[in-house]
Amino acid sequence: MIIISSSETASIRTEQDVARLLHRIKAVAADTGLGTVSQTKLMTAASELARNMLFYANEGVSYLEQISQGTKVGIRLTFIDHGPGIPDVDLAMQDGYTTNPQSLGLGLPGARRLVNEFAIISTVGKGTTVTVITWKL
Amino acid sequence: MEHYLSDLLRRQKKRLLEQWIQNQLASSDLRDDLMSSDELRAQSEEVIDALTDVLSEKNITNPQSTDFQNLSDLLAGISISRARQGFTPRETGMFVLSLKDTLLDVLQSELADDPVRLHDLTMKISKLIDNFSVSTFETYIKGREDIISRQTSEITDISTPVIQVWDGIVAMPLIGTLDSARTQVVMENLLQAIVETGSSIAILDISGVPTVDTRVAQHLIKTVSATRLMGAECIISGIRPEIAQIVIHLGIDLSNIVTKASLAKALQHAFGMLRLVVRKQDRDLRSA
Repeated sequence: MIIISSSETASIRTEQDVARLLHRIKAVAADTGLGTVSQTKLMTAASELARNMLFYANEGVSYLEQISQGTKVGIRLTFIDHGPGIPDVDLAMQDGYTTNPQSLGLGLPGARRLVNEFAIISTVGKGTTVTVITWKL
Repeated sequence: MEHYLSDLLRRQKKRLLEQWIQNQLASSDLRDDLMSSDELRAQSEEVIDALTDVLSEKNITNPQSTDFQNLSDLLAGISISRARQGFTPRETGMFVLSLKDTLLDVLQSELADDPVRLHDLTMKISKLIDNFSVSTFETYIKGREDIISRQTSEITDISTPVIQVWDGIVAMPLIGTLDSARTQVVMENLLQAIVETGSSIAILDISGVPTVDTRVAQHLIKTVSATRLMGAECIISGIRPEIAQIVIHLGIDLSNIVTKASLAKALQHAFGMLRLVVRKQDRDLRSA
């Protein structure tokens, strides 16, 4: 069972919001006791997901939670948008696949490699929800 | 009966103004250090004029009515100028809200023998003025937001300095989160500096960048390509251990770019490319 010990919600509408969110993640991650590498990995994953949200859905909401499960503690981030959604999630999770010719297509699969747990639910026309967890090792 | 309110307001205009100013002068929120009583009087008079000119039984329930356009503009102007002058939101809000007290006072003394109508008008005026004070807050906050966004763009401009570290070598230390607007400024400033200084090597130091995600990496790759097109070489320095791991995890290919762990190492590399040698001076030579 996952217990949430603290939770913050922020709406993401501009790139400044992303910068602010990254700042908060760093502070909360440091507070949870995550090492520098884990902190930076989580921030990078958050940066990918939040900017994806901005780019594809224009705006969205982020949740930053301190969680614990048994003796483990960690951080859970959830990004929810009501954008166009992803038709083929498996395809989107592959390296190098992108619908945006300007992009490297590494964001989503890269973000998955930067965190311990990664879940994505997307419905075309409804939006996308991505949840990631980083545990303190 | 229909014109009762507007007649009353016009008749009592002078009294309204005097009483309102008195209330404001007596209030603990008065900021005579920021605004003289003459200015306050002029401002109050304008507001009273704008209000008494248009307020009637017809539009009192509709603050969105075009009749109030003048008054809204006036209040918006006052709100923004007060935000710049350094009034607190509370003081600005109380300016409008204190008008309500004055209006209700005057109404009460006029309508002492008609409690039904007094109640009716009191409710309506309360709602109307509350509405105005909320829009005053909105404008006040918008005024503040304008200041913040101007500061943000100023910070973007000053946070991308280009330094000529040696003849033919420019360096640009990047600090803070890179967003697309900033990376654009970075690229422009760097390319401009290469032309202006006639440099053949540019060092982009990312020690102060909290993280490199795929978009930032892509911008760095683009900047390197652009510098190469101009016949210069670009070195990226300040790759911290955690950044190195993240770039690998993300699967970004930076192998075509010269990267160094520190600015000093990058400078050393640049010296090597320019075939410059830095060495400690011989003790004997100096004393001779």
